[in-house]
Amino acid sequence: METATRGLETGSPPGPGPTDVPGGTAAAPGTAAPSAASGTAAPSGTAAPSGTAAPAGAAVAPTKIACRNLTKVFGGRPERVLEFLERGGTKEEAQARFGNAVGVHGVDLDIRAGETFVLMGLSGSGKSTLLRLLNLLHKPTAGQVIVDDIDLTSLSKRELLRVRREKFSGMVFQQFAILPHRTVLDNVRFGLEVQGVPLAEQRRRAGEAIELVGLAGWEGNVPAELSGGMQQRVGLARSLAVDADVLLMDEAFSALDPLIRREMQDELVELQARMNKTIVFVTHDLDEALKLGDRIAIMRAGRVVQMAGAEEIITAPADDYVEAFVAGVDRTGVLTARSIMQPVKATALLSDGPHTALTKMRRFGLSGLLVLDRERRVQGYVSSEAVVAQLRDAEAGQDRLDARRITQALSVALDTSLGELITAASGISEPIAVVDAAGRLRGVVVKGAILAALASESSDEGNAEGVATDAA
Amino acid sequence: MPLERVPLAAWIENLVSYIQVTYASGFDGFADGVKFVIDGLLGLLQTVPPLALIVVLAALVTWKAGWRLGLFTVAGLFLIHNIELWTPFLQTLALVVTAQVLIIVVGVPLGILAASSDLADRIMRPILDFMQTMPAFVYLIPAVMFFGIGLVPGVVATFIFSIPPLVRLVNLGIRQVPVDLVEAADAFGTTRLQKLVKVQVPLALPTMMAGINQSIMLNLSMVVIAGMIGARGLGAEVLRGIQRIQVGQGFEAGLAVVILAIVLDRLTASFAGGRKAAKKEQA
Repeated sequence: METATRGLETGSPPGPGPTDVPGGTAAAPGTAAPSAASGTAAPSGTAAPSGTAAPAGAAVAPTKIACRNLTKVFGGRPERVLEFLERGGTKEEAQARFGNAVGVHGVDLDIRAGETFVLMGLSGSGKSTLLRLLNLLHKPTAGQVIVDDIDLTSLSKRELLRVRREKFSGMVFQQFAILPHRTVLDNVRFGLEVQGVPLAEQRRRAGEAIELVGLAGWEGNVPAELSGGMQQRVGLARSLAVDADVLLMDEAFSALDPLIRREMQDELVELQARMNKTIVFVTHDLDEALKLGDRIAIMRAGRVVQMAGAEEIITAPADDYVEAFVAGVDRTGVLTARSIMQPVKATALLSDGPHTALTKMRRFGLSGLLVLDRERRVQGYVSSEAVVAQLRDAEAGQDRLDARRITQALSVALDTSLGELITAASGISEPIAVVDAAGRLRGVVVKGAILAALASESSDEGNAEGVATDAA
Repeated sequence: MPLERVPLAAWIENLVSYIQVTYASGFDGFADGVKFVIDGLLGLLQTVPPLALIVVLAALVTWKAGWRLGLFTVAGLFLIHNIELWTPFLQTLALVVTAQVLIIVVGVPLGILAASSDLADRIMRPILDFMQTMPAFVYLIPAVMFFGIGLVPGVVATFIFSIPPLVRLVNLGIRQVPVDLVEAADAFGTTRLQKLVKVQVPLALPTMMAGINQSIMLNLSMVVIAGMIGARGLGAEVLRGIQRIQVGQGFEAGLAVVILAIVLDRLTASFAGGRKAAKKEQA
């Protein structure tokens, strides 16, 4: 959908072609100006659908799982450790003083229905412990886990069993955790078997889940006959067969080789688009987190140090720890035009004369201007050379910018990824206009900013430098 | 000032005679039950023609452990029949099987209990050590006092001596089930029983079978000792050979024990190895 808003005509070559179009025949320029206009009309045509997809305006989904001051202390006599922590002690101090490991310390989370929530951190940061607290595989030392308004910590064993069966689709594990003595089909129907679902229905639903993960035809094989990736598909199918709202995944793809891992990630994204489950995904791999997560919580020493969307994690790391995490990440898939664009310093209106345009360029030190209509829709780009040429051209009118000298400008949507921007920016020198769903100019991206975003630790600084070099 | 000698022996004697008197009816009932089972089994084995039994046993062995051992079984059993030790052989087989059933029926649940509770494990461990290291002869005397002479005290002494490795290996096997498999079971909402039956026992089975194998071997080693308290069978034959300094006769009976041991060992080992939890290696 975004690609629709992106391109103006690709037919005429980019660059300063029309700068010196000789003569004033009406035909050639006459086609140039409307083409620019029709190009910008396209985004306004797509305004309605883009509007519905705009993430910023979407209503926030209800909370599915809430953690309140959740703490897990391992080992004996956790009360004294808890007290020590409450007085402000750190995890390390507690470990040294009492010998108890603190898995999770004072975590508050609201995981929304239908989102993919990623828990990320290095090993020992408590992310897997936190995951296991969500379905009470670990008993919290303090705090609450609330799923659909049920406080799990207050439940009896029997009630907890029921919640695990009804609310959770089991769990997907790093080492697959499928039963070696059972066939694929028998593994996948495990959760249903535990629930006492009739055998025929177990088989049917397990068969559907197997189909869903692409293992049809392997039902009768045992795990030893499958590759790692296929075994994990069995693990995933086992959870999907249960078909409860919440899917917990613990480093589910970490044991797979990179190619298979990427494939599984893509499939999970695709499955999630159809199923709309609440997925809590634990990983230590930032690229994976950014790819899968609607929101990401970064954990360190049992605490959540930052919780945000992918882009915010990259562009505004909360502290040095997160920043160090983010340093090595592939930014091209995460950063978007919105995060690297700069405010527009000056634009020309279609009604501006060449003198006005030149003055604006001089004042802001720019080599060209984006040309807008009254609704701030991008109509094209005019370079200083083109304006100067118009002024020297005796035959041209001087009260308005000469439509023939306005070249088309590349405009992209706000959520165009950095990767796509790089492709789009190759071969052109003018700034790229960033437009909203209605086609109105929101900012510009210059090549310098793209490079800076790729290179910099914090793209904010990068932007600042980029602006100085060139802008519209 | 010399300390007074601790009257340990007197205490134990008092304890044993107290138990003997207090629970006499219980012991008698137990003895009758075991005797009934052994006699019934023996009677059954004796009604089957030796040739038929040999064929059945050899077929079972061939199926589970291959034709080589099957051939060995046929040859070995024919030899036993040929040297006229068939009846003592059957008596020993009945004793071993009865004791083994008792060992499994008690040992497996105890092992499961030890695996599911650290407290139970801590309590059982020293008791198992005690049972296993105390010289087996020592059990014979109270066994005779409680159950009289014959096969029953033999079964009891064998039971006490042979059960520890099974309990230990069942415990170990269940504790060795990978944590994530147990977590997976829990995450899907299994009850304790479901988890045990569907996950833990199947995965612990190879180790449990090794425990059964170990206890059978100890069980057989007790056969001769049980012969000392009047348990009929190959043990009694060995003892008779020793007492009369008839080396050849003693060896014959000993050889029959060895043949039985080899067959039972390989057979149970094949059960243990048959369900290898194969893990495919990834390139």
